[in-house]
Amino acid sequence: MTAAPALAAVRPPRRRRATPAKRRQWIAAYVLIIPFLVVFIAMLVVPLVYSGWLSLFTSQLIGGQQFAGLTNYVNAVTDPKFLSSVGRMGLFLLVQVPIMLALALFFALALDSNRVRGKRFIRLAIFVPYAVPSVVATLMWGYLYGKDFGPISQFFQAIGLGTPDLLSNQTIFGSLVNIVTWEFVGYNMIILYAALRTIPAELLDAAEVDGAGAWRTAWSVKIPAIRPAILLTVIFSIIGSFQLFNEPNLLHGVAPNVIGTSYTPNLYAFNVAFVNQDVNYAASLAFILGIVIMIVSYVVQLSTNRAERNR
Amino acid sequence: MTAVATARPAAGAATRAKGRKRRAVARDDRRSTLLSIVMWLAAAYFLLPLVWLLISATKTTGDLFSTFGYWFAPHFGLWDNIVRTFTYEDGAFGRWILNTILYAGAGSIGATILSTMAGYAFAKYEFPGGKAIFSVVLGSIMIPLTALAIPTYLLFSGAGLTDTPLAVIIPSLISPFGVYLMRVYAADSVPDSILEAARVDGAGEGRIFLQVALRQLGPGIVTVFLFALVATWNNYFLPLIMLNSSQFFPLTVGLAHWQATATNPSGGNTPLFDIVITGSVISVLPLVAAFLYLQRYWQSGLGTGAVKG
Repeated sequence: MTAAPALAAVRPPRRRRATPAKRRQWIAAYVLIIPFLVVFIAMLVVPLVYSGWLSLFTSQLIGGQQFAGLTNYVNAVTDPKFLSSVGRMGLFLLVQVPIMLALALFFALALDSNRVRGKRFIRLAIFVPYAVPSVVATLMWGYLYGKDFGPISQFFQAIGLGTPDLLSNQTIFGSLVNIVTWEFVGYNMIILYAALRTIPAELLDAAEVDGAGAWRTAWSVKIPAIRPAILLTVIFSIIGSFQLFNEPNLLHGVAPNVIGTSYTPNLYAFNVAFVNQDVNYAASLAFILGIVIMIVSYVVQLSTNRAERNR
Repeated sequence: MTAVATARPAAGAATRAKGRKRRAVARDDRRSTLLSIVMWLAAAYFLLPLVWLLISATKTTGDLFSTFGYWFAPHFGLWDNIVRTFTYEDGAFGRWILNTILYAGAGSIGATILSTMAGYAFAKYEFPGGKAIFSVVLGSIMIPLTALAIPTYLLFSGAGLTDTPLAVIIPSLISPFGVYLMRVYAADSVPDSILEAARVDGAGEGRIFLQVALRQLGPGIVTVFLFALVATWNNYFLPLIMLNSSQFFPLTVGLAHWQATATNPSGGNTPLFDIVITGSVISVLPLVAAFLYLQRYWQSGLGTGAVKG
């Protein structure tokens, strides 16, 4: 007992030092992580830092690269093309993501309820578009929308209505929403469905004993139980929406007058970098876009956490 | 791999799900006709565009314009279209397929190996800096494509790597989502008690990983591999900026290139609708086949990933 204070004074530093066994495990962990980390640093950290560096310069015809401080950023946040592209994707986010995730959640709940005939086939049918490259998906929908031989306009002509122009200024937004929804509902559905399958049976039995119907169980038991999975799909969808590139880039080829070179932020940054050859400005655009994505994801996470606490 | 996965088809989460399936059999009489109709309509929405693509692959460009999209033309031209697709521009399409297989194969196998090692280490070892590194990796999912692609292009261009296969393969080796998925999966499916038992038996950490842990990780590895495969097979942005020569194109860039010629036939170019459509069908088939063939593995693998979200 009397020796205890002295021991306590000696022990903590010894405890902080790892035992040989512990140290062997540390070494093993680092050996396992290093291959990934090397490529991660080379392909992610270095380019990102380089990009940040580039964004602080301007290139001029005379004098080459010149330090410009935050000039590029100031230009970017006052660039109407950039702002309208970010705004357009913000709107896209508000329209497309709720539609897509509501459908994914509905399909997942329907399949999980075991009330659907042929659910294995339906589940695969909904998921298949995820395996289709976005290039092929966009080309295909471009043909389907088209007036030349698209079945949609063939159908409208057959029933005596005029051909709808699905690639006009008014309709292109909706057409794009449809393509992206078609591509990714299945992926989100599978994530939500997988989460639903792991709800403990006792929980569902308890709901049944309490006399809850299928809709009630889905709303009050199942959806709260898979909240983390839903949040995951929301965050991934936010990131994906702001980064939209392939679909608008390919539709630009089909309808060049409707989808301009700054339809989405990524499309604009791509054109600034590789068509206008202004990599410095493009780097600052990409950085701002990254910051916007982080802020929006963070706000969504924060507000769902708060909603959880208030329950 | 198959033997391993069959021996232990799923981790804890999926076992619970199995319990539910058994229970569900007793409830089969509760099928809802209305819900079934709604779901079959949904399935139609997702499949009909692909059905149109498949039917159109059997038509000549002329028949595309003159016949109804959802029925076959009198002349069944699928074989002619396939031949035309593979022989156009001196067999460029075949080369693109081989390129895609090379890029997607090397990229996704590499990404799976790196993610599995790192994910397992993050899940099963407590080591200084582990948590911090993992949160950096996770946060990197939010970085926009262009923020990386532009500087990577400039760096590769300085090293003389642009317009070579390596420019597409090396950046594909990184899959932060794969590391995340693997960490969640390893935390669930590799019990600490097994690792401790192996240590007591005197096994080194390397042997434990290769001979004990990998067995448990089977479905997780298949899941990570499939998602990395889809990401690299379908990648368009990266090869688009990295590659200039048609001989290095993957299918996605090649098809988009033909499509550009198809819509704007200038200077003696003929419209290429028939071969773009046939090529699209051919490029979709391998992935759909892979998903169908491996579905039991990735479905249980994703299950664990989603729970912990």
